[in-house]
Amino acid sequence: MIIGSRPTKFQVVIDKNQCMLCGRCVDNCSYGVFRMEPEGIITNTRNCVACHRCISQCPRDAITIMERPCDYRSHPVWTAQVKENIFKQAESGKILLGGMGNAQQYPILFDHLVLDACQVTNPSIDPLREPMELRTYIGKKPRQLEFIQKSDSDISLVTELVPNLKLETPIMIGHMSYGAISLNAHKAMAKAVSDIGTFMGTGEGGLHEALYPYQEHMIVQVASGRFGVDVNYLERGAAIEIKIGQGAKPGIGGHLPGEKVCADVSCTRMIPEGSDAISPAPHHDIYSIEDLKQLVISLKEATEWKKPVFVKIAAVHNVAAIAAGIARSGADAVVIDGFRGGTGAAPSVFRDHVGIPIEAAVAAVDTKLRRQGIRNEVSIIASGGIRQSADVAKAICLGADAVYIGTAALVAMGCRVCGTCYRGLCTWGIATQRPDLVARLDPEEASHNVKNLIDAWTLELAELMGAAGINSIESLRGNRDRLRGYMLDQSMLDVLDVKAIGA
Amino acid sequence: MTTITIDAAGIHYTPLNKQIRQAVRDGASEIILKNVMGQRFIGDGLIGNVKITIHGVPGGDLGMFMKGPTIEVFGNADHAPGNTMDEGTIIIHGASGDATAHSMRGGKVFIRDDIGYRGGIHMKQYQDKRPVLIIGGTAKAFLGEYMAGGLVIMFRIQDEEPYAEMGLASGIHGGEIFIRGAVEEWTLGIGSSARPATSEDIDRIKSFISEFSQYYGIDPVKLMNSSYTRIAPVSARPFAGKYTWE
Amino acid sequence: MCGIIGVIDKQRELMDGSSIRDALSIMDERGSGEGAGYAAYGVYPDYADLYAIHVFYDNLVEPKAQVEDLLETWGMIEHDEEIPTFEQAGIPKIHTPWRYFFRPKTRLMQRSRTPDDEIVKHIVMEVNKSIKGALIFSSGKNIGVFKASGWPEEVADFYRVEKYEGYLWLAHNRYPTNTPGWWGGAHPFNLLNWSVVHNGEITSYGTNRRYIESFGYDCTMYTDTEVVAYLMDLLVRRHGLTQELAVRALAPPFWEEIERMPEDIQRLNTALRLTYGSAMMNGPFAIAVASPDSIVGFSDRIKLRPLVIGEHDNKVFISSEEAAIRTVDSAIKNIYMPKAGHPIVGRTVA
Repeated sequence: MIIGSRPTKFQVVIDKNQCMLCGRCVDNCSYGVFRMEPEGIITNTRNCVACHRCISQCPRDAITIMERPCDYRSHPVWTAQVKENIFKQAESGKILLGGMGNAQQYPILFDHLVLDACQVTNPSIDPLREPMELRTYIGKKPRQLEFIQKSDSDISLVTELVPNLKLETPIMIGHMSYGAISLNAHKAMAKAVSDIGTFMGTGEGGLHEALYPYQEHMIVQVASGRFGVDVNYLERGAAIEIKIGQGAKPGIGGHLPGEKVCADVSCTRMIPEGSDAISPAPHHDIYSIEDLKQLVISLKEATEWKKPVFVKIAAVHNVAAIAAGIARSGADAVVIDGFRGGTGAAPSVFRDHVGIPIEAAVAAVDTKLRRQGIRNEVSIIASGGIRQSADVAKAICLGADAVYIGTAALVAMGCRVCGTCYRGLCTWGIATQRPDLVARLDPEEASHNVKNLIDAWTLELAELMGAAGINSIESLRGNRDRLRGYMLDQSMLDVLDVKAIGA
Repeated sequence: MTTITIDAAGIHYTPLNKQIRQAVRDGASEIILKNVMGQRFIGDGLIGNVKITIHGVPGGDLGMFMKGPTIEVFGNADHAPGNTMDEGTIIIHGASGDATAHSMRGGKVFIRDDIGYRGGIHMKQYQDKRPVLIIGGTAKAFLGEYMAGGLVIMFRIQDEEPYAEMGLASGIHGGEIFIRGAVEEWTLGIGSSARPATSEDIDRIKSFISEFSQYYGIDPVKLMNSSYTRIAPVSARPFAGKYTWE
Repeated sequence: MCGIIGVIDKQRELMDGSSIRDALSIMDERGSGEGAGYAAYGVYPDYADLYAIHVFYDNLVEPKAQVEDLLETWGMIEHDEEIPTFEQAGIPKIHTPWRYFFRPKTRLMQRSRTPDDEIVKHIVMEVNKSIKGALIFSSGKNIGVFKASGWPEEVADFYRVEKYEGYLWLAHNRYPTNTPGWWGGAHPFNLLNWSVVHNGEITSYGTNRRYIESFGYDCTMYTDTEVVAYLMDLLVRRHGLTQELAVRALAPPFWEEIERMPEDIQRLNTALRLTYGSAMMNGPFAIAVASPDSIVGFSDRIKLRPLVIGEHDNKVFISSEEAAIRTVDSAIKNIYMPKAGHPIVGRTVA
């Protein structure tokens, strides 16, 4: 008791005049904030995580949640977070874990980049009335084509194209495993991407039978734990992704706690119920770049060269050179996950302090691959902190072929980014395996929301392209001339290869 | 009973695997590969009951993702034979490299001689799928690291002094390892514990001793009558206490 | 907004520059008097097998010595002289145009199917990137580009284009937005045997530039048109595409159209779009590209800039406006508008 109680993070207040004692807040809160007593609804405010489920279900808007109503003495260096972390570690001697993405106040580069539009010297294109092409092919392309010309009009192509994924919009949903999130969440996203004509990742949790109908739109992941990986799984996927690292926790492995390994999760992961699912930090058959090539080729051999193989890495300092190595490994796409990427749980010290943002990483990778003349060898998929259509457009301008979204898709299904995924009590039925909570998420309805979100972003992307006088996504890709940096220093502008506003 | 012989001399692994697959499709029950020299991925992702006999030295990832076939190698194998293997049997008349049986999830891998570092790393089991790695010789360090399930048996036929390689079963959270003879206390990695095998334990592994002896023409009596050390996880959650929440 | 006119005689009959001057001048409204130029093929018959290298010099001391050093390192200057010019009120002579007739030493460039071209390309890139006060604006065989900042008729008179005779002419009247008044910014842009005139603005320039630079080209002209010359050089000379296929790569059919094509054509077009996606040009454009045996005209895929084609006997015309064609050939009957994105090719038969 040296340290004692800390101020509550959230204070839940019920307006007694409004409350009709319907008890929905009691039923909906899985964290045990509310209980019904004869004198009314009583709150245990310390349990609140601000998931806002209660607010969303209250028919009378009777609930208010205030953040840190009683705070520590303000200090720019010794912030509340810093102090609380010290308290916890002083008491426990343990590594701090946190949920969701990077929580530090780093400047967001996307918000310091502005897009271009046409005025006079060329016309904007109206995407609602004129053709606008967002179709994107992900995979290896030839460096050049070879033809045989038999006569003037009879030319035949000699070059064989290798399999590519055909996307109707350059927006995919990244890998969040079944186990980390619920089957209903997976079903909803799988249905949405199938309806749209894009793809989603399985994460390292295997592929549940319920998702087999959507398998042509699923990218199956092979991570260091190899959970759920067998020939059947590889054959079902539209593409295979080797996960080397993740933006939220570069350089370390993953750990699904035993309590989340229920019967169904155990089945798709192919591990015993209740046992920890530990993904080692490295793949233990990859200790060097030539070993990566070996894994890429082994997956291609196992699937008879019919599937594109992606390699996902966390954006770290030397990301460009690493990506260039991956481009030479036989992989068809490289996924770069920036340090704002989400996660169910990561050591906060990694989440907040290791890696670099996606904007700089994509720019550096695209530049490096072009300089080495190997840009066609791999597609670039940007991920980690894509929040809106403008981020998609900017990522593509910086050199990405497509993006993965993650958190945004969860928010479309109700997630409030409370960052408490690791508790397994997600009131929205997303990051939980508790049947009663999972049942709250209706896959049909949730799928509409996810589809709506991607459709809306796609429309906005088309509008942005049209305004820039571009009617095909190829012409936006790597087109950094259509970006300007706002309040970025020269060295940052150089990395992004973007001019300053007004220049 | 159709036997097909393929001379693998100078053939790249992709066409070689294509020929193997074609032979399996054509109903071959046995495929004999001659003059194998470093071709990787032999039998990669192959499904069926075919027997593949390899003369020479296969390259890495022999039988990776394999589901069903039996591969017998007359020679040594390179790194990671049985990588993420699902079902089937690999019998190596010789030694093998690092990460033998990496992430294996089912089937059996027999190595007559020694294996390299990190053998049986992250083997895992589920329901009736229980991978088995059997080593006639000895293993380098980090045997059974991260092991999440399955069975490793190591006979150390040539050795009688206690096993002395570091990081044994470090991070093990499922499965078990039997080592003939004693094990130095300091070899045990994080989360593993050792005790002498009981007669019930020995009964459970007798069938594997017989199978091993049969493949390599060894008298099983000595192996049956030896004492063994059993290494198993202290807990299915070795690192649960390492973290606290923000 | 700019104006373009081009003509080829399929039998390689020579035409002097006077009518092309008049044709371009009739489109004066399309320009602003800050740039015009003419490219003529077949104008140096006495040196037909040598590279005719035209240079703008800021002065005839340091830059000239450096350029000549470089030329002599890579080959031999067989003849050189100042390009004759005649004072015009509207054209202050801020540069001295000079021409060299140059023979590269083939053996110095190995690992190339076309070593001579590779040497000259290297020299052009090197001079334009690194030598201050010098700009190579024409580098083909038996080809001359004549351009400056001024109205079409002034520029024509400055060089006296009526004194040159070519079987193929390409001309351009500029309304600059990026680099007004800069002679280097006037069209045609030329590299080796390729000359390009362009009306419009390429919105995909940033993508195209990064793509072409990854193949060793340097964009130094501060304007979008030069990438077209480099892309044609890459696709046709180095990758071996036909001109029609190269144009298809630059202005490909929509996916929707590709899906309606028969299977093997679909496969070809899909492969073109996938492989050359970064070479694809977007935004409004009408472009004419000349090479020694052909002239190709094409517009962007949704026809945002004007383009008309005229055909009469052995001549094929490409222009922004019909009036320009009729100024050259009043008897012409066959004038039509090509389909957006589709190349119209006039090719020599002799």
